[in-house]
Amino acid sequence: MDPMLQVQDLSVHYKTRRGFVRALEELRLDAIQGETVGVVGETGSGKSTLGKAILGILPAGTQVDGKILFRGRDLTQLSNQMYRRLRGEEIALIFQDPMTRLNPLMTIMDHFVEEIRDHESVSADEARRRAREALVSMGIHESRIKNYPHEFSGGMRQRIMIALAIVLKPSLLIADEPTTSLDVIVESQILGILQDLKRAYSMSLLLITHNLGIVAEVCDRVAVLYAGKLVELGPVRDIFRKPLHPYTQGLLSSIIHLETKELHSIEGSPPNMIAPPSGCRFHPRCPYAQSICVERLPPLVEFEPGHFAACHFGDKFL
Amino acid sequence: MPKQGSLLAYTVSRLILALPTLLVLLTVLFLVLRILPGDPISALEAGRRSTRDIAADKARLGLNLPWWVQYPVYLSQVFSGNFGTSLGQIYLGQPVLQVILQKLPATIELATGAMLVATLVGVGTGIIAGSRRDRPPDIVVRLYGSIIWVIPVFWLGLMLQLVFAVGLHWFPPNLRYEPDPVFFPPPSHLTGLYTLDSLLEGRIDKLAISLAHLALPSLTLGLVLSGFFTRTVRANLLRTINSDYVEAARARGIRERYIVYRYAFRNALIPVVTILGLQFAILFAGAVLTERTFSWDGMGTLLLTSIDSRDYPMIQGTVIVYAIIIVAISVVIDVINGFIDPRVRY
Repeated sequence: MDPMLQVQDLSVHYKTRRGFVRALEELRLDAIQGETVGVVGETGSGKSTLGKAILGILPAGTQVDGKILFRGRDLTQLSNQMYRRLRGEEIALIFQDPMTRLNPLMTIMDHFVEEIRDHESVSADEARRRAREALVSMGIHESRIKNYPHEFSGGMRQRIMIALAIVLKPSLLIADEPTTSLDVIVESQILGILQDLKRAYSMSLLLITHNLGIVAEVCDRVAVLYAGKLVELGPVRDIFRKPLHPYTQGLLSSIIHLETKELHSIEGSPPNMIAPPSGCRFHPRCPYAQSICVERLPPLVEFEPGHFAACHFGDKFL
Repeated sequence: MPKQGSLLAYTVSRLILALPTLLVLLTVLFLVLRILPGDPISALEAGRRSTRDIAADKARLGLNLPWWVQYPVYLSQVFSGNFGTSLGQIYLGQPVLQVILQKLPATIELATGAMLVATLVGVGTGIIAGSRRDRPPDIVVRLYGSIIWVIPVFWLGLMLQLVFAVGLHWFPPNLRYEPDPVFFPPPSHLTGLYTLDSLLEGRIDKLAISLAHLALPSLTLGLVLSGFFTRTVRANLLRTINSDYVEAARARGIRERYIVYRYAFRNALIPVVTILGLQFAILFAGAVLTERTFSWDGMGTLLLTSIDSRDYPMIQGTVIVYAIIIVAISVVIDVINGFIDPRVRY
């Protein structure tokens, strides 16, 4: 099947006073219809930048190179008007912090009606009917649709954000740490909702998270980012059983084990993104680093079918 | 509005809360006047009468009594609406309230005109600057905001008089109306606001004369204030344009003009309304210098002459009226904010 989303050699450089922050470097990623792809990495790895780059909502002045193909169209070449129509209608984004994402001066109904009528020429009554339907499908009573954002809890606001994201039935949903600011019970509710939605609408889901537990639970494939580079990509099962990149190995061993109660961490801290390390960006923190890792950037190699890694010594871990 | 009821309840609660504020103001005013050296009788009669006569006059007015005896009398008078009669040279013996009500419309007219200028110029330039950050229009506007803010109001007034009245003869240099009452009879005194009275009389010519006189003082006071508004509007717009809800709205494909108006501008307006209102209140007091520059016969001029002559009843009356206006404005601001921002209503 042809991939619905193909990200090809995507680089994103933010302009700052101290220089360009290389948030993403030559990233490759794809997703087919109905697939859930996890994007994993630590803070500053470029995960959130990826979501915003796909939607074209990066701050003005940001330098974007490469292609983002969505159903065969290169999004980076779209006009502003075409891109606006696509947002929400074909690709939707759910953010990390639902508390600050709604306009405090508008009722929930206003948010829905505005979005629906900015994309489709329907009557206000029809828009209101669909708004109620979307809200109720998220388990929120329809009488609350006239309320303002501050009258809802964090978990409810995230469900409202999801309802807003799916009301136009997009075919790709990007969820950027959708549960990070919520407690575990609400987290499992939200994850359940996302999986139900995916099945109901056969949407593709790009799940950006730092939580490997969530990845194991809901994702088909996973992409591991380190300092703006894709270091490993493959089916969840392969990556959890046989991580090929030392960074992925470090991430997996930093999950606490119930039997042994052991907890490992990766030494060092994420690199400076204005002047990242030479060669393999992970080499200053890598326990297996050799001189070649300092000198040469490892290419992304397919070590087994569908399982890619960017490590000079990937075959040693097979 | 679905929350009409709670907005009304909120308004009432704000009004009730305004009462203690007024009481504190009255008390501070009373104490400050008694601490100041000098008194009305000495100021009025100094050098002309013996100290014994002066002491007798003071005793007649109760000014020799200790403050804790004078205070309750003062409060009960104020609350019964009795502001006393003037002890100063100019308005000696005239009821304070009557004099104030004659001067108040002039100041209200000036303050409103200035506020209009400041809001239009300030909000306009603020939006231009805020939506074009670090580009040439923004830099020009920021420069304007800084320079106009530090210009002394009387200097700007003199310059405007020099250019537009003396030089170009576009506007009259001072006063509220033509000095010739035969050829240019002023509008009949209904509200005391010459512009409004002219309209009520249906006389466009009188309205034009009133507006021409109002133009330069309003421009002077309004422009000085506008610099502050410019910076406030710009800063708040930058804050809301970079906010999370604007980014989320963009991600939902909301039209850019709705994002700017419904998300960025309306949210930026909330602190701006508060500041606008506070400035409006300060403007009443700040009009003193402008009134002097333009021989504008209003509250500011009245307050200055009353302080000169230690006219206690007149100073008290004037300041109380100022205080009532300021409290009233702050209630209005709170209600406006309650209308814009649903979170305030709780």
